[in-house]
Amino acid sequence: MPPVYHGPFRKEQAERLLWRAGYGPRPGEAERLAKLGLHGAVHSLTRPGRDRLKGPRPHDDRGRPLAPRDRWGHDQLWWLDRMVRTTKPLHERMTLVWHDWFATSRDGVDSTRLMLRQNQLFRRNGLGSFLVLLLEVTKDPAMLLWLSGVENEKDAPNENYARELMELFTLGADRGAYTERDVREQARALTGWRNSWGETLGPYKFRYDKRRHDAGSKRIFGKRGHFDWRDSCRLCVHHRQHPSFFVNKLWGYFIPVPPKTGTRRSLQRIYVRSGYKVEPVVEAILLHPALYTGPRMVKPPAVYLAGLLRGLGRGVDTEAWTWLLSLAGQQLFYPPNVAGWDDTRWLDTATFRARWEIAAYAIRPRVLKDNAKHVPHDPHKLLHRAEAVFGHPTLTGQTEATLTRFARRAMADANADWKKRSYPPLVENALRQLLATAPDLQTC
Amino acid sequence: MPNNCHHCDEFSRAALLRKSAAEAGRGLPAIEPGMPVPAGTGLDRRSFVSGVFGLALSVYGLGKLNLFDEGIAHAATRPSQPVLVSVFLPGGADSLSVLAPVLDPNYRKLRPTLALPADAGPAFAEDTRLHWHPSLQPLATLHGEGKVSVMPAIGYTHPDQSHFTSRHFWEVGATEARLTTGWMGRYLDRHGSKSNPLQGLSLDYQLQPSLASLKVPVASLAAPDDYNFWAPGVWGQVENRMLQALAPLGSHRADPGLNQAAKATKQSDRLRRQLLPFSNSGDNNYGSPVQYPKVDSGFPRQLAGLAAMLAAKLPLRCVAVTAPGEYDTHSDQPQALADGLDVTARTLLAFQRDLEARGLADRVLTLVWTEFGRRGEENGSDGTDHGAAGAAFLIGSRARGKMVGEFPGLTSGLDRDGNLRPTSDFRGVYSALLEQWLGADARGVIPGAKSFARPALVK
Repeated sequence: MPPVYHGPFRKEQAERLLWRAGYGPRPGEAERLAKLGLHGAVHSLTRPGRDRLKGPRPHDDRGRPLAPRDRWGHDQLWWLDRMVRTTKPLHERMTLVWHDWFATSRDGVDSTRLMLRQNQLFRRNGLGSFLVLLLEVTKDPAMLLWLSGVENEKDAPNENYARELMELFTLGADRGAYTERDVREQARALTGWRNSWGETLGPYKFRYDKRRHDAGSKRIFGKRGHFDWRDSCRLCVHHRQHPSFFVNKLWGYFIPVPPKTGTRRSLQRIYVRSGYKVEPVVEAILLHPALYTGPRMVKPPAVYLAGLLRGLGRGVDTEAWTWLLSLAGQQLFYPPNVAGWDDTRWLDTATFRARWEIAAYAIRPRVLKDNAKHVPHDPHKLLHRAEAVFGHPTLTGQTEATLTRFARRAMADANADWKKRSYPPLVENALRQLLATAPDLQTC
Repeated sequence: MPNNCHHCDEFSRAALLRKSAAEAGRGLPAIEPGMPVPAGTGLDRRSFVSGVFGLALSVYGLGKLNLFDEGIAHAATRPSQPVLVSVFLPGGADSLSVLAPVLDPNYRKLRPTLALPADAGPAFAEDTRLHWHPSLQPLATLHGEGKVSVMPAIGYTHPDQSHFTSRHFWEVGATEARLTTGWMGRYLDRHGSKSNPLQGLSLDYQLQPSLASLKVPVASLAAPDDYNFWAPGVWGQVENRMLQALAPLGSHRADPGLNQAAKATKQSDRLRRQLLPFSNSGDNNYGSPVQYPKVDSGFPRQLAGLAAMLAAKLPLRCVAVTAPGEYDTHSDQPQALADGLDVTARTLLAFQRDLEARGLADRVLTLVWTEFGRRGEENGSDGTDHGAAGAAFLIGSRARGKMVGEFPGLTSGLDRDGNLRPTSDFRGVYSALLEQWLGADARGVIPGAKSFARPALVK
């Protein structure tokens, strides 16, 4: 078995767990989770009860309910709302993981309906068998369109899906796991899918058509047989180099430094012995010491935003989040390419400013007016009040010192009566903004 | 809009359609049969913040966003190129008020209530029949310095009196309803770069159709001061203190993850400081050495920002912007016209002075145009209806400063509908600008270019 974290499991550790395996804590949630202890906390995520969406219902800027299929950007808001309101945060987070793993873009699929359908597939199969997930993805209409599955037929094989199936989804490139011949033969095995096209419906009636399938004998990974698309997926998952690829990739979503060899081998064993199930591997990763003692990770923009809203107790109530997320570098349903988002490059001068703006938009409804009463003058009290707005996230000493120093200096500027009255709320507003964008809250 | 006439619903619908042109993929509202679809409709639009200059651009057209930064940086290192600015007066400005033919015997007959008094504005030196609108004193000043070429009756044969269609002709540079690229967009397609969206810049939230391209990216930018760090309910001294806190928040951290975020904070703070010249807070006006009009309009800010971008050596080539004011003056014309022209002309003068002060005046020409002029005869509601030829101006230190085409007069100069006949063709002016200013061959950009006479526009 891989090592299990044995250090203290307090609010700070619970916060990290909730951010890595979900979308951050609601106010008081980290404290509650800490009381359950490490195992109790992890199990509450991997084995939650039924999903009840908790919190204010989503609406657009005019107060209308979301129309995810019909209104531009509402598909993203719909998903963001699930991230904010879910009571099964790990399952919702896995939905985002699979969206990145099997990165499919609406840009190529050109159908919101099919993108949402794929999204539900990820949610439904997120922690079950990886083989089942892979089979479902392989025949998923959005994927069939995205990677030319419906263009791959007996007389004109298209290698697009075959290659990515091995390179990005199951085995990895440059590891000697497959040859170019395997790509060609896999493409033959995967033939047979087609769809119809309607003037108003667009693509519909995705189906397997035997007549388009190449029923001949293929040689894949040194095995010979009359393989079809199911065999193609099975051969990949049963490939001896798949478990290490799977474990490394999955680990990377939760922990920013690669697993040690011993850990990786133990996780592979868990994966294979469970019959290629995702949940036991995720559970072991969430119990691993590296998650609690290792370096912090930059939150993906969607996680950052959803978490801010969870902390603030605010629902999805504006369409601004669609363009703000896109400026921040993560337009949901539009990953940059089939390899997904680059998790090591979330932050630059452009995306940092976008996150600043996300924070400004998030806290704006609760802004203090400059004539707000009973705002304290003491820098420490001001900071404490600003922290309360976000549910008292744990801060590093360095950030706390910087923010206190800012508050002290800003209050020292109040050299006139009107400034003495109006500066405390201004300073608290500024503290909220700085806090929300400080390195501590950008990472977890 | 200062009109209450029914047939101008078309104008607002056109405005609506143009707005949606930028929102590709969201579906267009229905338009009447036969109306052209605006150039650029359906162009893919994506947001992009240039890390080089910190500008939040909307980029239209093909290409990988991450390549644009390099493209902009690369283009910025090359020798400065001439810049053409297009300023559109929306709605069809009344040329017979812009340059009022106060000494034309027919003027007062056609305009019993709207005719401007003979001494209202400064005389136009090149044709003593004409006087500038009083609000255009700033243009008269520049004309006196030899920096304005006036086109008193510019248009095209077989004029179309639909705002929408006529504007479309001007924007695509041809009287063709089905052209979908703008005339400046086609110029950029031939002579522009595949990686510099700033070469065609729409100073707007959406793409100006004259810039719609097919092969190269172009961009829109509402204002260059987008790289700011605004926080709700924070201003003045406290805001300055808040921004000062970014540097210590961005200082080194032992944890690599925290340090990654700290580094981004630090770099963003540095960029923010570098871009302070583009800041428009308080009286800063993008660090402009001249004072732009302080009015409730985005136009002064847009042109002040444009001058600042040019001063910062941003690689701009073609720029399009809409002037303030509503010129579709079917009623209450005097006030509406005076208000719009006033802000427009004062801002254009400030822009010219700004360019002169920054040593950029030899690089920029500004073409001011409108989709058509208005009917010679006034209507019964203190206004005028749609006409044919209108007025246009080319402004700049390198403008030749000589009238292009003459004022045709209000007797034989009116067509049988009572609209002014054109004495210059906009396609000839475009061809001349392409050849004399941008150094390009007009053939291949302006359909049928060889059939249009080229006025001498540049000195």
